[in-house]
Amino acid sequence: MSVVQMEPVEIFRQEAEELFAQLEAALLDLEGSPQDKETIASAFRALHTIKGSGAMFGFDAVAKFTHHVETVFDRVRSGEVLVSPGLIGVTLTAKDHMRRLIEAPDQVAPGVGDAILAELRRVIADSGQGAPVGRPDPAQLKPAQATNAPAVSPQSQPSSPSAAGFRIRFALPNNALVIGTNPVLMIRELLDLGEGRVKGDASAVPALDIIDPEHCYLRWEVTLTTSQPAEAIEDVFLFVRDESDLSIEPVSEPLGQEPAPIFALAAPPPGVGDGSHPTARPPVEPDPQPESARKAPPVAKAQPAGVVKVNAERIDSLMDQVGELVIAQSRLKQLAHSGEELSLLALRAIAEEMERLVAELRDTTMGIRMVPIGSLFTRFRRVVRDLSRELGKEVQLVTQGEETELDKTVVESLNDPLVHLIRNAVDHGVESAAERLAAGKPAEGTVLLTAAHVGGQVLITVSDDGKGLDRPRIKSKAEERGLIAAGADPTDAELFDLIFHPGFSTAGSVTSVSGRGVGMDVVKKTIDGLRGTIDVSSKPGAGSRMTLRLPLTLAIIDGLMVRIGDGRYIVPLTAVDEIVELEEADDGQSAANNFLYIRDELVPFLRLRDLFSLSGDPPPYEKVVIVSAGERRVGLVVDQMLGDHQTVIKSLSRMHADVKCFSGATILGDGRVALILDIIHLIDFGQSREERLRTP
Amino acid sequence: MSEARKPETGKPETLQSLTIGLAGEVFAIPVMVVRDILDPLPVTAVPTARQFVNGLINVRGRVVPLVDLRLKLGLPPAETTKDSRFVVIETDIDGENVIVALRTDKVYEVGDVEFVDGEEAPRIGMRWNPELLHGIGRRNNRFIMILDLGRVFASIEPTDF
Repeated sequence: MSVVQMEPVEIFRQEAEELFAQLEAALLDLEGSPQDKETIASAFRALHTIKGSGAMFGFDAVAKFTHHVETVFDRVRSGEVLVSPGLIGVTLTAKDHMRRLIEAPDQVAPGVGDAILAELRRVIADSGQGAPVGRPDPAQLKPAQATNAPAVSPQSQPSSPSAAGFRIRFALPNNALVIGTNPVLMIRELLDLGEGRVKGDASAVPALDIIDPEHCYLRWEVTLTTSQPAEAIEDVFLFVRDESDLSIEPVSEPLGQEPAPIFALAAPPPGVGDGSHPTARPPVEPDPQPESARKAPPVAKAQPAGVVKVNAERIDSLMDQVGELVIAQSRLKQLAHSGEELSLLALRAIAEEMERLVAELRDTTMGIRMVPIGSLFTRFRRVVRDLSRELGKEVQLVTQGEETELDKTVVESLNDPLVHLIRNAVDHGVESAAERLAAGKPAEGTVLLTAAHVGGQVLITVSDDGKGLDRPRIKSKAEERGLIAAGADPTDAELFDLIFHPGFSTAGSVTSVSGRGVGMDVVKKTIDGLRGTIDVSSKPGAGSRMTLRLPLTLAIIDGLMVRIGDGRYIVPLTAVDEIVELEEADDGQSAANNFLYIRDELVPFLRLRDLFSLSGDPPPYEKVVIVSAGERRVGLVVDQMLGDHQTVIKSLSRMHADVKCFSGATILGDGRVALILDIIHLIDFGQSREERLRTP
Repeated sequence: MSEARKPETGKPETLQSLTIGLAGEVFAIPVMVVRDILDPLPVTAVPTARQFVNGLINVRGRVVPLVDLRLKLGLPPAETTKDSRFVVIETDIDGENVIVALRTDKVYEVGDVEFVDGEEAPRIGMRWNPELLHGIGRRNNRFIMILDLGRVFASIEPTDF
């Protein structure tokens, strides 16, 4: 496995993404419990870190802007300013602005940041706490920070006993930069040891006209809380120790939270020393929640694309399994070279062990790709919040099963479809408060989002307690567009399936949210692409529910291998209910009467041999694989069962995009290619073909 | 696409090509796109697929569609003989890497093929669907049909699904 070194800026972007998620989650939590100190601290910490590392990686605009927001939250933290809905709203907007500043700084219109800050000042003034919030010009930065520095937070909580505090002061030799020492890297190395706060001292910087640009004039002070010994800190300075002015002293107080003074480097040097000189520094305030919040935020964080964070335990078990596999392999080698006559028994034993190990390895490796869906769910809280405000409705989002794990790629591609379904639920499903009260429901509507593992699949539901789908309206619309025959009486399932038809919309008027009839077909397409299904159920007046069934992973499935003619095919095992023999009594009937009686149930069956237009005669005893797809149970007639098969899925080329009956292909042990049946499309194909046969 | 375009101006341009045999005629494929030349492999039939692309083969662990150009050109399907070869070609379509294998009766050689001007070209090309041809070339005093792979790919891509 090769380790890819990431650009520091990329790491920052990623970190920022996580911090934004943490901030947003905290802000939304505050709407429910505006007094919660831990949540406030979590929001503050996120802002603080965004500012600090933003400055470190050259995102000065971000650092500058965030500083003002952070200052406000520092005051919130100390109880000086109260959390109000207005404050949360502005801060959410500010968060979006910060994100834009990082992602696409060129596209940010000038003045947007100032407007947000002005709004922030107004909101605070409104809540009767009229102290000034920093203005965006740099001259204001320094004093704001200086007044901020000595503020001591009232909360305190001892850090973990194993962690010790150190105050490290160091000044590099004057020629440090010339000989290639990079103080930023050293500081980062220090911070890797534990929780730290860095303070720069620019007091030694001379006037501009006598400055030597290659000289290192700065000094640093790092307050570090670490479980590492002092030697580890000394090691950081290994190469510059002799020339540097270095002091490492233990401090009793754990690390506090303050604006990261790296930032002070951006401010003009004269005078900086007065407030922040190492010796003049007041004792640091304790961090109310030193480790836990950063390392394990209350909700799972959104994973940035391209990078997966893996639980160390999983890596360990992966290592163990690889170790066992190596041992098994060397046993096999020994056996092959032993010179004795080959013992079939010993060979089988190794084959069995290898099979077990490979299965375990597969599961562990797949586990690495699994991420909890909660990372996705947290994003939707904002969607519901913003949308319900825009529409003037009261809607709460309730989520269940955030810990449900899904393949990373699946989670990422679920974002857009779920956003769409949730927006639909809020816009179309939930009624206005007045309508709800009139219908005897609570004024506040609920959108419920759940995820759970069921069998080898993941079940995700989006349901609302709104008015439900408008059955007559969908019907008349469908008749109008010729999707169903006039006067036909489709079942609910058939009718509701029509909302996935491209361009189908029943909304009377087009709002900014929905009604254009684009979307549901895209939702269906995306879910189809993930080899999943989507079902709709709805009760007038009681709400509607969308149920998504998705495979756990896109890479490997358990399959049932069958033979039809010369070809071998894989049936996904999750779809298989049971296997029965096709008795002659059931057979030999007209094509219009392909039904099996299974425990008093009538199950239609499809002859894959006919469906695939294969030549040759069927064997005397055919088998029927009973599969279920959604509500339907259908039998697939095949020649022979070949047993289960670990199927590595290879997608079909775009040259075969028109072939719907197969979801992919796989390579068998003998090197041949076998096709994987796409049960749902296969049944659709079979039914449409039969209908065509029936209507000449 | 790496295929050399016949310049609008200027005189005889050559194209480094792989020459293949189909139904007794010689065709040229730009050598740049050729990835593999394989002896015939077991072919997995794809039911419900269009006829000229109804097979899959395993090319070093990759599932690759097998295209029968004879069907595309309106000829009867070929019998597999000892000369039959699968030519695997790889190219980019809309930024996406696409690999297909072509079933050929015979593979001749790699060499430069000289473009022949329109008037000079005999009418032999007209026996085939001219849409798939890039032009007529000449090698060792023999006329060769140069396949337009862009159009070949476009013609095997499903347009309506």
